[in-house]
Amino acid sequence: MSEANVIGGLSGGAIIGLASVLLLLIGRITGISGILGGVVNWNATKDLSWRVAFIVGLILGAVLYRLFWGPLPLQLQAQGAMLVVAGILVGVGTRVGSGCTSGHGVCGVARRSTRSVIATLTFIGVAMLSVYVTRHAIA
Amino acid sequence: MSTIVVALVSGIIFGLGLCVSEMINPTRVIGFLDVFGRWDATLLLVMAAAVTVAGIGFPLVARRAKPIFADKFVVPKKTDIDLRLITGSVLFGVGWGLAGLCPGPAIAALASMSPPILMFVAAMIGGQWLASRFE
Repeated sequence: MSEANVIGGLSGGAIIGLASVLLLLIGRITGISGILGGVVNWNATKDLSWRVAFIVGLILGAVLYRLFWGPLPLQLQAQGAMLVVAGILVGVGTRVGSGCTSGHGVCGVARRSTRSVIATLTFIGVAMLSVYVTRHAIA
Repeated sequence: MSTIVVALVSGIIFGLGLCVSEMINPTRVIGFLDVFGRWDATLLLVMAAAVTVAGIGFPLVARRAKPIFADKFVVPKKTDIDLRLITGSVLFGVGWGLAGLCPGPAIAALASMSPPILMFVAAMIGGQWLASRFE
């Protein structure tokens, strides 16, 4: 078992929860795939500005972390074609399934939505299987 | 204007949370997903803390008839557990397990200007666009 980042995990999680509560002040749920999806289909969305602002903020948050705390903890686990395939699957999957880790996993579960709980258990379970197959079964 | 400022600040806080929790790091995420390897519980702690804070905060905000900075709440109303939900979640799960990246951390990690992250985000946007063609 790898050393868990207990303090960072709990405080970082609380910060993420706080950001989601803040976004509800403009009446929105913090589902990042959905926020991005509205930008991707910009011609179908009338409310582009807050979405772009949130996405810019997301990047800016990491920039600020880099400026004031230290290097971004970023060690990639895939490269090349694998990364592209993974990206396409994440894009298609979150669109078809109407959500990702933030929208279903954090906000949906917090709102006690059965739909989100099922989605979350599904993608976590399948992701565990995906890791098992790629890193233990065929590696 | 206020909606833009609130969204920007929320994004910044969310991005900081991803860095502090190290969920921006695919190695942490894969560590959690790899139950047959050296299991890393961090992601579980992050979700538990985030769900707890949102679970307390959401009802407080939603107690008002309308949000402070907007005319109405736009929250998902769907409740059906259908094939779309499951199919989408399965596809997302496969991709998430391959790279250890989901939309939030991938976008936040653009701050690194790393070409592989740019490539992943471009592919993710392409995937979203592709799926939207069939809606």
